[in-house]
Amino acid sequence: MAKKSMGPVRREFSPWESPDHPPFIEFRNVSKMFGDFTAVNNLSLKIYEKEFFALLGGSGCGKTTLMRMLAGFETPTSGQIFLDGQDLAGIPPYRRPSNMMFQSYALFPHMNVEKNIAFGLKQDNMPAQEIEARVAEMLRLTKLEQFAKRKPHQLSGGQRQRVALARSLAKRPKVLLLDEPLGALDRKLREETQFELMALQEDLKMTFLIVTHDQEEAMTVADRIAVMDKGELVQVATPAEIYEAPNSKYVADFIGDINLIEARVAEKAGSLTKLVSVVDGFAIECDQETEANVGDTVWFAIRPEKVRIAHGEAEPGAVNRIGGIVWDIAYLGDVSIIHAKVGEDDHDTIRATFANISRMVENPINWDDKVVLTFDRDAGVILTR
Amino acid sequence: MAENNVAAPVKRSLGGRLLIAVPYFWLFLFFLAPFLIVVKISLSQTAIAIPPYVPTFDLSEGWQAFSESFAEFSFENYVWLTEDALYWKSYLSSVSIAAVSTFLTLLIGYPIAYGMARSPQSWRPTLLMLVILPFWTSFLIRVYAWIGILKNEGLLNQLLLSLGLISEPLVILNTNAAVYVGIVYSYLPFLVLPLYASLERLDGTLLEAAEDLGCPAWKAFWKITVPLSLPGIIAGCFLVFIPAVGEFVIPDLLGGSNTLMIGKTLWVEFFNNRDWPVSSAVAVILLLILVIPIVLFQNQQQKMSEKDG
Repeated sequence: MAKKSMGPVRREFSPWESPDHPPFIEFRNVSKMFGDFTAVNNLSLKIYEKEFFALLGGSGCGKTTLMRMLAGFETPTSGQIFLDGQDLAGIPPYRRPSNMMFQSYALFPHMNVEKNIAFGLKQDNMPAQEIEARVAEMLRLTKLEQFAKRKPHQLSGGQRQRVALARSLAKRPKVLLLDEPLGALDRKLREETQFELMALQEDLKMTFLIVTHDQEEAMTVADRIAVMDKGELVQVATPAEIYEAPNSKYVADFIGDINLIEARVAEKAGSLTKLVSVVDGFAIECDQETEANVGDTVWFAIRPEKVRIAHGEAEPGAVNRIGGIVWDIAYLGDVSIIHAKVGEDDHDTIRATFANISRMVENPINWDDKVVLTFDRDAGVILTR
Repeated sequence: MAENNVAAPVKRSLGGRLLIAVPYFWLFLFFLAPFLIVVKISLSQTAIAIPPYVPTFDLSEGWQAFSESFAEFSFENYVWLTEDALYWKSYLSSVSIAAVSTFLTLLIGYPIAYGMARSPQSWRPTLLMLVILPFWTSFLIRVYAWIGILKNEGLLNQLLLSLGLISEPLVILNTNAAVYVGIVYSYLPFLVLPLYASLERLDGTLLEAAEDLGCPAWKAFWKITVPLSLPGIIAGCFLVFIPAVGEFVIPDLLGGSNTLMIGKTLWVEFFNNRDWPVSSAVAVILLLILVIPIVLFQNQQQKMSEKDG
């Protein structure tokens, strides 16, 4: 049997797994208060060189504040921030070796594309010839050559986004900060740009830090994701780990769709834990050790795509087998999400996705059909918080 | 049905034209018509009569007399303006006093507008109110008040003397300096308001972006804030410069007898000499001095923005 791995491995890059690998960016016990409001609460985080790191969370979770502290626009109330071994305390934004791409792009409206890109280079008193060469390179990199003389208001949203990117990359910063960089683009362009960003980051071998509330975006581009809530890190892990092994209800619920079933620990047998649903009494077997004691109430979390759904009497001998009645179906084209009622209450449902692999189905699952939901022992996770 | 379809757009365009006609009619009635009357008087001759000039275009004497009176028009009043040095000296002095005061107003007004635009959102209505507040008192009274402040035994001199900064009173009243003070004080709101409007619109993240790209705040002010507030600067300066050139009350009350300003010259011509034709000519030339540079400037701006566009 092949070794199991959690999701695809993009590249051989995992400095966070070796404890003595020096971090490139380090937040050490950083807190930030705005009056009585704690935006960032005693947070410590290490980000490594050449990493594409995502800060993910809902609005007001402190992710933007964290990035702005790194850029120098906010001063931490306490704690330290290091970049490439240097303590950033007291260093003004204009002397920090990081550049930021703003959510609103913040292009200078009175300068054309070329001058916008050259702005940062001029501040460093770079010789005119070098500036010209660097601007030309940036224009080529972002495919903006024919727009060099245009002003921002004469560009489309996607072009403006690329100007902002070119401008923030022009100085070859040690770290590029991206504040919701694709928020203003439409879905198609956003997806395209995500892949461009990844390619760019690999080509330039730079460290990227992205702030986003869009989990798909974070999962697509990032090597690691930090999920934030109320100014604290909830989980820091690779996209696959975050998705497949969330460490808490918050992360499980925030990333993707998930069934959360309240259950009591009935039996612990080594790596096998047996649970009983609190509301409906069905049994669940899970291949996971838990620190919870027998009798404790925990949450069993399972993604809809890991639940198989079939008519009536299928798979009679399966381990995790729950009977139900189809309550609702959301047909999305590629998949259907089926809500199967497993208890008395109408809202007591388990969601299962059903891949629509054929155009025509002989005996489709329909509303009010009697169905059976099955899943493997390693399909779900037990969450204690 | 078909008729209705055809009729509707015609009706609408008529309404549209009427709508445009209203401001044009307004401009004609209250700007062009009075101006044409002034031009007409400037081409007439003085006479001891009511009104004190000829010809008067009286239709009661028949069509013949009416059309003949055109023949009496002459440019001699304009020629006269070039012959007496008083006039061009007045124009020159007015323009220079107005230019200096506009510059001083900008120096004082920019920080005020900037401070207002950067103040907390909740303060802004109050600050705006404070800028407009002086308008609630008569302009004349406020200028008179400056006499009390600036005269030799006035508040300013008393303060400076009591502080020991000066040993004898400064002579400010009845000099050009007092005129500058008066103009700057009176016209400050006209510069602050448009400037505030353009500074308030300025996106703060642009300054953050500049700083992020290695530009310290003071430099970002010159590279980002000033260029982006240029429309406000220009509008504000025009609003100060144009009325200041023709200002009469301030130089009359605060300025000395040797403070030459065209508004004063015009007053003397009109009321003391009762020479309506010459004072009209003075007014027409003043208008041209102000309008021609503005038209040229706007053409230039138009060309610039077309080049960009």
